[in-house]
Amino acid sequence: MNDLHTILSQSAIDALLLTLRLAAVTTICLLIIATPLAWWLSQTRSHWRAPVSAMVTLPLVLPPTVLGFYLLVMMGPSGPIGQLTEAIGLGLLSFTFTGLVVGSIVFSLPFAVQPIQHAFESMGPRPMEVAATLRARPMDAFFSVALPMAKPGILTATILSFAHTVGEFGVVLMIGGNIAGQTSVVSTEIYTYVESMQYAQAHWLAAIMVIFSFAVLLWLALMKRQTRAMPS
Amino acid sequence: MLVLSMVNLPTLATEQTPLRLAVAANFAGPMLTLAEQFEQSSGINISISVGSTGKFYAQIRQGAPFDVLLAADSLTVENLIDQGLADPKTRLTYAIGQLVLWSPEPGLFGNQAQAIETLKAGDFTRIAIANPAVAPYGAAAQAVLRHLGLADAWLKKRVQGQSIAQTHQFVASGNAELGFVALSQLQATGQTMAGSVWQPPQNWYPPIRQDAVLLSASKNPAIGKAFLIFLASAQAQEIIKTFGYQREPLQ
Repeated sequence: MNDLHTILSQSAIDALLLTLRLAAVTTICLLIIATPLAWWLSQTRSHWRAPVSAMVTLPLVLPPTVLGFYLLVMMGPSGPIGQLTEAIGLGLLSFTFTGLVVGSIVFSLPFAVQPIQHAFESMGPRPMEVAATLRARPMDAFFSVALPMAKPGILTATILSFAHTVGEFGVVLMIGGNIAGQTSVVSTEIYTYVESMQYAQAHWLAAIMVIFSFAVLLWLALMKRQTRAMPS
Repeated sequence: MLVLSMVNLPTLATEQTPLRLAVAANFAGPMLTLAEQFEQSSGINISISVGSTGKFYAQIRQGAPFDVLLAADSLTVENLIDQGLADPKTRLTYAIGQLVLWSPEPGLFGNQAQAIETLKAGDFTRIAIANPAVAPYGAAAQAVLRHLGLADAWLKKRVQGQSIAQTHQFVASGNAELGFVALSQLQATGQTMAGSVWQPPQNWYPPIRQDAVLLSASKNPAIGKAFLIFLASAQAQEIIKTFGYQREPLQ
Protein backbone atom coordinates (compact mmCIF):
# COMPACT_ATOMS: atom_id res chain seq x y z
CA MET A 1 0.00 0.00 0.00
CA ASN A 2 2.86 2.36 0.83
CA ASP A 3 4.27 1.93 -2.65
CA LEU A 4 0.90 2.66 -4.16
CA HIS A 5 0.66 5.93 -2.26
CA THR A 6 3.59 7.38 -4.14
CA ILE A 7 1.74 7.23 -7.43
CA LEU A 8 -1.93 7.21 -6.39
CA SER A 9 -3.93 9.42 -4.07
CA GLN A 10 -5.84 7.94 -1.16
CA SER A 11 -9.14 8.47 -2.96
CA ALA A 12 -7.82 6.51 -5.95
CA ILE A 13 -6.80 3.61 -3.71
CA ASP A 14 -10.21 3.71 -2.00
CA ALA A 15 -11.80 3.62 -5.43
CA LEU A 16 -9.72 0.59 -6.45
CA LEU A 17 -10.71 -1.35 -3.34
CA LEU A 18 -14.34 -0.36 -3.69
CA THR A 19 -14.40 -1.42 -7.35
CA LEU A 20 -13.08 -4.86 -6.45
CA ARG A 21 -15.61 -5.22 -3.64
CA LEU A 22 -18.45 -4.12 -5.91
CA ALA A 23 -17.39 -6.49 -8.70
CA ALA A 24 -17.00 -9.41 -6.28
CA VAL A 25 -20.33 -8.86 -4.48
CA THR A 26 -22.16 -8.28 -7.76
CA THR A 27 -20.69 -11.42 -9.33
CA ILE A 28 -21.67 -13.60 -6.37
CA CYS A 29 -25.21 -12.18 -6.30
CA LEU A 30 -25.50 -12.61 -10.06
CA LEU A 31 -24.47 -16.27 -9.95
CA ILE A 32 -27.06 -16.93 -7.22
CA ILE A 33 -29.80 -15.19 -9.23
CA ALA A 34 -28.75 -16.20 -12.74
CA THR A 35 -28.25 -19.94 -12.20
CA PRO A 36 -31.86 -20.84 -11.27
CA LEU A 37 -33.15 -18.31 -13.78
CA ALA A 38 -31.02 -19.81 -16.55
CA TRP A 39 -32.14 -23.32 -15.56
CA TRP A 40 -35.77 -22.32 -15.70
CA LEU A 41 -35.30 -20.60 -19.07
CA SER A 42 -33.55 -23.69 -20.46
CA GLN A 43 -36.17 -26.15 -19.26
CA THR A 44 -39.55 -24.43 -19.22
CA ARG A 45 -42.23 -24.67 -21.88
CA SER A 46 -44.21 -21.90 -20.19
CA HIS A 47 -45.45 -19.09 -22.41
CA TRP A 48 -43.65 -16.77 -19.97
CA ARG A 49 -40.33 -17.99 -21.30
CA ALA A 50 -40.10 -15.55 -24.22
CA PRO A 51 -41.11 -12.42 -22.25
CA VAL A 52 -38.77 -13.28 -19.38
CA SER A 53 -35.94 -14.00 -21.80
CA ALA A 54 -36.54 -10.64 -23.46
CA MET A 55 -36.59 -8.86 -20.09
CA VAL A 56 -33.24 -10.39 -19.17
CA THR A 57 -31.68 -9.09 -22.40
CA LEU A 58 -33.23 -5.64 -22.10
CA PRO A 59 -30.39 -4.00 -20.10
CA LEU A 60 -28.21 -4.42 -23.22
CA VAL A 61 -30.49 -2.17 -25.21
CA LEU A 62 -30.35 0.95 -23.06
CA PRO A 63 -27.15 3.01 -22.95
CA PRO A 64 -25.72 2.67 -19.42
CA THR A 65 -26.24 6.31 -18.48
CA VAL A 66 -29.87 6.07 -19.61
CA LEU A 67 -30.35 2.86 -17.63
CA GLY A 68 -28.67 4.61 -14.67
CA PHE A 69 -30.94 7.61 -15.02
CA TYR A 70 -34.08 5.47 -14.85
CA LEU A 71 -32.67 3.49 -11.94
CA LEU A 72 -32.09 6.82 -10.20
CA VAL A 73 -35.68 7.87 -10.86
CA MET A 74 -37.05 4.48 -9.78
CA MET A 75 -34.92 4.46 -6.62
CA GLY A 76 -36.03 8.02 -5.77
CA PRO A 77 -38.75 8.80 -3.21
CA SER A 78 -41.50 8.82 -5.83
CA GLY A 79 -40.24 5.78 -7.76
CA PRO A 80 -41.54 2.25 -7.19
CA ILE A 81 -38.23 0.88 -5.84
CA GLY A 82 -37.75 3.92 -3.61
CA GLN A 83 -41.26 3.60 -2.18
CA LEU A 84 -40.73 -0.09 -1.53
CA THR A 85 -37.34 0.35 0.18
CA GLU A 86 -38.66 3.22 2.27
CA ALA A 87 -41.74 1.24 3.27
CA ILE A 88 -39.64 -1.65 4.55
CA GLY A 89 -37.36 0.73 6.41
CA LEU A 90 -34.27 0.53 4.18
CA GLY A 91 -34.39 4.17 3.16
CA LEU A 92 -33.39 5.15 -0.36
CA LEU A 93 -30.91 2.97 -2.24
CA SER A 94 -29.51 5.76 -4.38
CA PHE A 95 -26.00 6.87 -3.34
CA THR A 96 -25.38 3.71 -1.30
CA PHE A 97 -23.19 0.67 -1.90
CA THR A 98 -26.30 -1.53 -1.86
CA GLY A 99 -27.80 0.69 -4.54
CA LEU A 100 -24.70 0.21 -6.69
CA VAL A 101 -24.92 -3.55 -6.26
CA VAL A 102 -28.59 -3.53 -7.33
CA GLY A 103 -27.77 -1.35 -10.34
CA SER A 104 -24.81 -3.54 -11.30
CA ILE A 105 -26.91 -6.70 -11.07
CA VAL A 106 -29.50 -5.27 -13.45
CA PHE A 107 -26.77 -3.99 -15.76
CA SER A 108 -24.84 -7.27 -15.97
CA LEU A 109 -27.77 -9.72 -15.76
CA PRO A 110 -27.66 -10.74 -19.44
CA PHE A 111 -23.92 -11.45 -19.18
CA ALA A 112 -24.55 -13.90 -16.33
CA VAL A 113 -27.74 -15.57 -17.57
CA GLN A 114 -26.85 -16.18 -21.23
CA PRO A 115 -23.71 -18.36 -20.83
CA ILE A 116 -25.28 -20.49 -18.08
CA GLN A 117 -28.48 -20.91 -20.06
CA HIS A 118 -26.50 -22.00 -23.13
CA ALA A 119 -24.56 -24.49 -21.02
CA PHE A 120 -27.78 -26.02 -19.66
CA GLU A 121 -29.34 -26.11 -23.13
CA SER A 122 -26.35 -27.72 -24.83
CA MET A 123 -26.41 -30.44 -22.20
CA GLY A 124 -29.68 -31.78 -23.65
CA PRO A 125 -32.36 -33.70 -21.72
CA ARG A 126 -30.40 -36.95 -21.65
CA PRO A 127 -28.22 -36.55 -18.50
CA MET A 128 -31.20 -35.54 -16.37
CA GLU A 129 -33.24 -38.46 -17.71
CA VAL A 130 -30.44 -40.84 -16.84
CA ALA A 131 -30.23 -39.34 -13.38
CA ALA A 132 -33.98 -39.81 -12.99
CA THR A 133 -33.79 -43.48 -13.96
CA LEU A 134 -31.12 -43.85 -11.28
CA ARG A 135 -33.78 -42.50 -8.90
CA ALA A 136 -32.02 -39.22 -8.22
CA ARG A 137 -34.55 -36.64 -7.07
CA PRO A 138 -34.75 -33.54 -9.32
CA MET A 139 -32.92 -31.29 -6.83
CA ASP A 140 -30.27 -33.93 -6.37
CA ALA A 141 -29.85 -34.37 -10.10
CA PHE A 142 -29.58 -30.64 -10.60
CA PHE A 143 -26.74 -30.27 -8.12
CA SER A 144 -24.84 -33.48 -8.91
CA VAL A 145 -25.40 -33.65 -12.69
CA ALA A 146 -26.58 -30.41 -14.31
CA LEU A 147 -24.50 -27.95 -12.33
CA PRO A 148 -21.13 -29.72 -12.78
CA MET A 149 -21.83 -30.13 -16.51
CA ALA A 150 -22.58 -26.41 -16.80
CA LYS A 151 -19.33 -25.44 -15.09
CA PRO A 152 -17.67 -23.89 -18.18
CA GLY A 153 -20.77 -21.76 -18.73
CA ILE A 154 -20.81 -20.70 -15.09
CA LEU A 155 -17.14 -19.74 -15.30
CA THR A 156 -17.82 -17.69 -18.41
CA ALA A 157 -20.67 -15.99 -16.57
CA THR A 158 -18.32 -15.25 -13.66
CA ILE A 159 -15.69 -13.74 -15.95
CA LEU A 160 -18.17 -11.61 -17.87
CA SER A 161 -20.03 -10.40 -14.76
CA PHE A 162 -16.83 -9.46 -13.00
CA ALA A 163 -15.27 -7.71 -15.98
CA HIS A 164 -18.48 -5.93 -16.91
CA THR A 165 -18.91 -4.62 -13.36
CA VAL A 166 -15.31 -3.40 -13.15
CA GLY A 167 -15.78 -1.58 -16.45
CA GLU A 168 -19.15 -0.18 -15.49
CA PHE A 169 -19.40 3.59 -15.66
CA GLY A 170 -22.71 5.05 -16.70
CA VAL A 171 -24.90 3.33 -14.14
CA VAL A 172 -22.55 4.09 -11.25
CA LEU A 173 -22.15 7.67 -12.40
CA MET A 174 -25.90 8.20 -12.33
CA ILE A 175 -26.88 6.49 -9.08
CA GLY A 176 -23.59 6.74 -7.18
CA GLY A 177 -23.08 10.36 -6.25
CA ASN A 178 -19.29 9.91 -6.08
CA ILE A 179 -18.99 9.39 -2.32
CA ALA A 180 -15.45 8.38 -1.36
CA GLY A 181 -15.25 4.80 -0.09
CA GLN A 182 -18.95 4.23 -0.72
CA THR A 183 -19.80 4.88 -4.34
CA SER A 184 -16.69 6.34 -5.94
CA VAL A 185 -15.31 3.56 -8.16
CA VAL A 186 -12.30 3.48 -10.46
CA SER A 187 -14.17 4.38 -13.63
CA THR A 188 -15.77 7.49 -12.11
CA GLU A 189 -12.46 8.39 -10.43
CA ILE A 190 -10.64 8.24 -13.77
CA TYR A 191 -13.42 10.33 -15.28
CA THR A 192 -12.97 12.93 -12.54
CA TYR A 193 -9.22 13.08 -13.21
CA VAL A 194 -9.76 13.50 -16.95
CA GLU A 195 -12.43 16.15 -16.46
CA SER A 196 -10.18 18.07 -14.07
CA MET A 197 -7.27 17.72 -16.50
CA GLN A 198 -5.12 15.60 -14.14
CA TYR A 199 -4.09 13.25 -16.90
CA ALA A 200 -1.08 11.68 -15.11
CA GLN A 201 -3.27 10.41 -12.24
CA ALA A 202 -5.82 9.16 -14.76
CA HIS A 203 -3.16 7.22 -16.70
CA TRP A 204 -1.77 5.55 -13.58
CA LEU A 205 -5.15 4.48 -12.30
CA ALA A 206 -6.25 3.21 -15.71
CA ALA A 207 -3.01 1.28 -16.15
CA ILE A 208 -3.29 -0.40 -12.75
CA MET A 209 -6.91 -1.33 -13.40
CA VAL A 210 -6.13 -2.79 -16.82
CA ILE A 211 -3.18 -4.82 -15.58
CA PHE A 212 -5.07 -6.13 -12.57
CA SER A 213 -8.16 -7.02 -14.61
CA PHE A 214 -5.98 -8.75 -17.19
CA ALA A 215 -4.45 -10.89 -14.45
CA VAL A 216 -7.85 -11.84 -13.02
CA LEU A 217 -9.32 -12.63 -16.42
CA LEU A 218 -6.26 -14.65 -17.40
CA TRP A 219 -6.56 -16.69 -14.22
CA LEU A 220 -10.26 -17.36 -14.83
CA ALA A 221 -9.59 -18.28 -18.45
CA LEU A 222 -6.90 -20.77 -17.39
CA MET A 223 -9.29 -22.26 -14.85
CA LYS A 224 -11.89 -22.63 -17.56
CA ARG A 225 -9.47 -24.47 -19.82
CA GLN A 226 -8.69 -26.78 -16.99
CA THR A 227 -12.33 -27.70 -16.39
CA ARG A 228 -12.75 -28.39 -20.09
CA ALA A 229 -9.69 -30.60 -20.18
CA MET A 230 -10.85 -32.55 -17.16
CA PRO A 231 -13.15 -35.45 -18.09
CA SER A 232 -16.14 -35.33 -15.77
CA MET B 1 -25.67 43.83 -39.64
CA LEU B 2 -23.98 45.48 -36.74
CA VAL B 3 -21.72 42.48 -36.50
CA LEU B 4 -20.85 42.46 -40.15
CA SER B 5 -19.70 46.04 -40.03
CA MET B 6 -17.22 45.33 -37.27
CA VAL B 7 -14.96 42.88 -39.03
CA ASN B 8 -14.09 42.06 -42.56
CA LEU B 9 -15.70 38.79 -43.37
CA PRO B 10 -14.33 36.56 -46.09
CA THR B 11 -16.32 36.36 -49.28
CA LEU B 12 -19.51 34.31 -49.32
CA ALA B 13 -17.83 31.48 -51.19
CA THR B 14 -15.81 30.41 -48.14
CA GLU B 15 -18.76 30.76 -45.81
CA GLN B 16 -20.17 27.40 -46.82
CA THR B 17 -18.38 25.59 -44.00
CA PRO B 18 -20.27 26.24 -40.79
CA LEU B 19 -18.69 27.83 -37.76
CA ARG B 20 -18.05 25.04 -35.30
CA LEU B 21 -18.69 25.85 -31.67
CA ALA B 22 -17.83 23.66 -28.70
CA VAL B 23 -20.34 24.72 -26.05
CA ALA B 24 -20.36 23.90 -22.35
CA ALA B 25 -23.42 21.81 -21.53
CA ASN B 26 -24.80 24.36 -19.06
CA PHE B 27 -24.96 26.95 -21.84
CA ALA B 28 -26.80 24.79 -24.41
CA GLY B 29 -30.14 26.56 -23.86
CA PRO B 30 -29.08 30.17 -24.41
CA MET B 31 -26.76 29.05 -27.21
CA LEU B 32 -29.66 27.93 -29.37
CA THR B 33 -31.28 31.35 -29.13
CA LEU B 34 -27.97 33.12 -29.71
CA ALA B 35 -27.09 30.94 -32.69
CA GLU B 36 -30.44 31.70 -34.29
CA GLN B 37 -29.87 35.44 -33.94
CA PHE B 38 -26.31 35.26 -35.22
CA GLU B 39 -27.28 33.15 -38.20
CA GLN B 40 -30.08 35.54 -39.06
CA SER B 41 -27.97 38.67 -38.86
CA SER B 42 -24.83 37.27 -40.50
CA GLY B 43 -26.02 34.52 -42.81
CA ILE B 44 -23.32 32.25 -41.41
CA ASN B 45 -24.24 28.70 -40.43
CA ILE B 46 -23.34 27.54 -36.95
CA SER B 47 -22.77 23.97 -35.89
CA ILE B 48 -23.05 23.43 -32.13
CA SER B 49 -21.42 20.59 -30.21
CA VAL B 50 -22.61 20.41 -26.61
CA GLY B 51 -20.47 18.67 -24.03
CA SER B 52 -18.39 18.93 -20.92
CA THR B 53 -15.54 21.41 -20.90
CA GLY B 54 -13.05 18.79 -19.68
CA LYS B 55 -13.84 16.55 -22.64
CA PHE B 56 -13.56 19.42 -25.08
CA TYR B 57 -10.17 20.24 -23.59
CA ALA B 58 -8.98 16.69 -24.23
CA GLN B 59 -10.41 16.75 -27.75
CA ILE B 60 -8.97 20.15 -28.66
CA ARG B 61 -5.52 18.99 -27.54
CA GLN B 62 -5.93 16.11 -29.98
CA GLY B 63 -6.84 18.39 -32.85
CA ALA B 64 -10.64 18.53 -32.74
CA PRO B 65 -11.95 20.76 -35.53
CA PHE B 66 -13.66 23.45 -33.46
CA ASP B 67 -13.42 27.17 -34.16
CA VAL B 68 -14.58 28.59 -30.86
CA LEU B 69 -14.82 27.14 -27.37
CA LEU B 70 -17.46 28.41 -24.95
CA ALA B 71 -16.13 26.89 -21.74
CA ALA B 72 -17.88 26.43 -18.41
CA ASP B 73 -14.91 27.95 -16.59
CA SER B 74 -11.93 30.22 -17.18
CA LEU B 75 -9.21 27.73 -16.21
CA THR B 76 -9.63 25.56 -19.30
CA VAL B 77 -9.31 28.58 -21.58
CA GLU B 78 -6.22 29.65 -19.66
CA ASN B 79 -4.66 26.21 -20.12
CA LEU B 80 -5.40 26.21 -23.84
CA ILE B 81 -3.81 29.66 -24.20
CA ASP B 82 -0.74 28.51 -22.26
CA GLN B 83 -0.30 25.65 -24.69
CA GLY B 84 -0.70 27.88 -27.71
CA LEU B 85 -3.98 26.21 -28.65
CA ALA B 86 -6.10 29.35 -28.34
CA ASP B 87 -5.73 33.01 -29.24
CA PRO B 88 -5.29 35.08 -26.02
CA LYS B 89 -6.43 38.30 -27.70
CA THR B 90 -9.89 36.89 -28.33
CA ARG B 91 -10.56 35.65 -24.80
CA LEU B 92 -13.68 37.04 -23.13
CA THR B 93 -15.98 36.26 -20.24
CA TYR B 94 -19.34 35.75 -21.92
CA ALA B 95 -21.35 34.78 -18.83
CA ILE B 96 -21.03 34.61 -15.09
CA GLY B 97 -22.85 31.76 -13.43
CA GLN B 98 -24.95 32.27 -10.32
CA LEU B 99 -25.12 29.67 -7.60
CA VAL B 100 -28.39 28.87 -5.82
CA LEU B 101 -29.43 26.50 -3.09
CA TRP B 102 -32.54 24.78 -4.32
CA SER B 103 -35.10 22.35 -3.04
CA PRO B 104 -38.24 21.37 -4.94
CA GLU B 105 -40.06 21.53 -1.59
CA PRO B 106 -41.68 25.00 -1.43
CA GLY B 107 -41.69 25.72 2.30
CA LEU B 108 -38.18 24.58 3.21
CA PHE B 109 -36.62 28.03 3.27
CA GLY B 110 -37.98 31.41 2.24
CA ASN B 111 -35.11 33.77 2.97
CA GLN B 112 -31.38 33.82 3.63
CA ALA B 113 -31.69 33.30 7.39
CA GLN B 114 -33.89 30.24 6.94
CA ALA B 115 -31.65 28.82 4.23
CA ILE B 116 -28.58 29.14 6.45
CA GLU B 117 -30.56 27.66 9.34
CA THR B 118 -31.50 24.68 7.12
CA LEU B 119 -27.87 24.15 6.15
CA LYS B 120 -26.61 24.41 9.72
CA ALA B 121 -29.30 22.15 11.16
CA GLY B 122 -28.40 19.43 8.66
CA ASP B 123 -31.90 18.02 8.97
CA PHE B 124 -31.83 16.23 5.63
CA THR B 125 -30.68 12.85 4.32
CA ARG B 126 -28.85 14.01 1.21
CA ILE B 127 -27.55 17.30 -0.10
CA ALA B 128 -26.21 17.45 -3.65
CA ILE B 129 -23.29 19.55 -4.77
CA ALA B 130 -21.25 19.38 -7.95
CA ASN B 131 -17.82 17.77 -7.66
CA PRO B 132 -15.54 20.69 -6.72
CA ALA B 133 -12.64 19.03 -8.55
CA VAL B 134 -14.33 19.20 -11.93
CA ALA B 135 -17.20 21.70 -11.78
CA PRO B 136 -16.84 25.42 -11.01
CA TYR B 137 -20.29 25.38 -9.40
CA GLY B 138 -18.99 22.71 -7.04
CA ALA B 139 -16.03 24.87 -6.06
CA ALA B 140 -18.45 27.77 -5.54
CA ALA B 141 -20.74 25.67 -3.34
CA GLN B 142 -17.73 24.53 -1.33
CA ALA B 143 -16.73 28.18 -0.84
CA VAL B 144 -20.21 29.11 0.40
CA LEU B 145 -20.18 26.22 2.87
CA ARG B 146 -16.73 27.30 4.05
CA HIS B 147 -18.02 30.84 4.48
CA LEU B 148 -20.73 29.47 6.75
CA GLY B 149 -18.22 27.39 8.71
CA LEU B 150 -19.68 24.21 7.24
CA ALA B 151 -16.71 23.14 5.10
CA ASP B 152 -16.52 19.73 6.73
CA ALA B 153 -20.09 19.43 7.97
CA TRP B 154 -22.13 16.29 7.25
CA LEU B 155 -19.72 14.98 4.61
CA LYS B 156 -21.55 11.65 4.65
CA LYS B 157 -24.75 13.35 3.50
CA ARG B 158 -23.12 15.01 0.53
CA VAL B 159 -23.56 13.48 -2.87
CA GLN B 160 -21.58 14.78 -5.80
CA GLY B 161 -22.71 15.21 -9.35
CA GLN B 162 -19.97 15.04 -11.95
CA SER B 163 -21.51 18.04 -13.62
CA ILE B 164 -23.93 20.71 -12.54
CA ALA B 165 -26.50 19.00 -14.79
CA GLN B 166 -26.18 15.76 -12.85
CA THR B 167 -26.35 17.64 -9.55
CA HIS B 168 -29.60 19.22 -10.67
CA GLN B 169 -30.89 15.76 -11.63
CA PHE B 170 -30.19 14.41 -8.14
CA VAL B 171 -32.34 17.15 -6.60
CA ALA B 172 -35.04 17.23 -9.29
CA SER B 173 -35.59 13.47 -8.98
CA GLY B 174 -35.96 13.78 -5.21
CA ASN B 175 -32.97 11.54 -4.46
CA ALA B 176 -31.43 14.48 -2.64
CA GLU B 177 -33.72 16.88 -0.77
CA LEU B 178 -31.72 19.95 -1.65
CA GLY B 179 -28.60 20.95 -3.49
CA PHE B 180 -26.44 23.73 -4.88
CA VAL B 181 -27.32 24.17 -8.53
CA ALA B 182 -27.08 26.91 -11.14
CA LEU B 183 -29.70 29.63 -11.31
CA SER B 184 -29.63 29.13 -15.09
CA GLN B 185 -30.97 25.60 -14.58
CA LEU B 186 -33.97 26.89 -12.66
CA GLN B 187 -34.64 29.51 -15.31
CA ALA B 188 -34.08 27.26 -18.29
CA THR B 189 -37.71 27.49 -19.29
CA GLY B 190 -37.92 31.25 -18.86
CA GLN B 191 -39.61 31.12 -15.47
CA THR B 192 -38.07 30.15 -12.16
CA MET B 193 -38.90 26.61 -11.10
CA ALA B 194 -41.06 25.95 -8.06
CA GLY B 195 -39.63 25.19 -4.66
CA SER B 196 -37.31 26.90 -2.21
CA VAL B 197 -34.54 28.96 -3.76
CA TRP B 198 -31.80 30.90 -2.03
CA GLN B 199 -29.12 32.82 -3.85
CA PRO B 200 -25.99 33.20 -1.69
CA PRO B 201 -24.32 36.65 -1.85
CA GLN B 202 -21.88 36.68 -4.76
CA ASN B 203 -18.93 37.78 -2.65
CA TRP B 204 -19.15 34.50 -0.73
CA TYR B 205 -17.70 32.53 -3.63
CA PRO B 206 -15.25 33.15 -6.48
CA PRO B 207 -17.08 34.31 -9.60
CA ILE B 208 -18.06 31.47 -11.92
CA ARG B 209 -16.60 32.97 -15.06
CA GLN B 210 -17.39 31.24 -18.30
CA ASP B 211 -14.82 32.20 -20.89
CA ALA B 212 -14.91 31.88 -24.65
CA VAL B 213 -11.94 31.91 -26.97
CA LEU B 214 -10.98 31.47 -30.60
CA LEU B 215 -9.00 28.27 -31.09
CA SER B 216 -5.69 28.36 -32.93
CA ALA B 217 -6.71 25.46 -35.15
CA SER B 218 -9.72 27.38 -36.48
CA LYS B 219 -9.99 27.51 -40.24
CA ASN B 220 -12.46 30.40 -39.97
CA PRO B 221 -10.70 32.81 -37.61
CA ALA B 222 -12.41 35.89 -39.03
CA ILE B 223 -15.88 34.42 -38.60
CA GLY B 224 -14.92 33.08 -35.20
CA LYS B 225 -13.89 36.55 -34.11
CA ALA B 226 -17.12 38.00 -35.47
CA PHE B 227 -19.06 35.52 -33.38
CA LEU B 228 -17.10 36.43 -30.24
CA ILE B 229 -17.82 40.12 -30.85
CA PHE B 230 -21.49 39.26 -31.20
CA LEU B 231 -21.30 37.28 -27.93
CA ALA B 232 -20.05 40.38 -26.11
CA SER B 233 -22.66 42.66 -27.67
CA ALA B 234 -25.42 44.21 -25.57
CA GLN B 235 -27.97 42.31 -27.64
CA ALA B 236 -26.42 38.93 -26.87
CA GLN B 237 -25.74 39.77 -23.24
CA GLU B 238 -29.40 40.70 -22.78
CA ILE B 239 -30.40 37.22 -23.96
CA ILE B 240 -27.79 35.57 -21.75
CA LYS B 241 -29.15 37.42 -18.73
CA THR B 242 -32.68 36.10 -19.22
CA PHE B 243 -31.28 32.58 -18.85
CA GLY B 244 -30.05 33.24 -15.32
CA TYR B 245 -26.48 34.36 -15.97
CA GLN B 246 -24.89 37.66 -15.10
CA ARG B 247 -22.83 39.71 -17.44
CA GLU B 248 -19.32 40.86 -16.78
CA PRO B 249 -19.42 44.13 -14.82
CA LEU B 250 -18.17 46.93 -17.04
CA GLN B 251 -14.62 47.93 -16.28
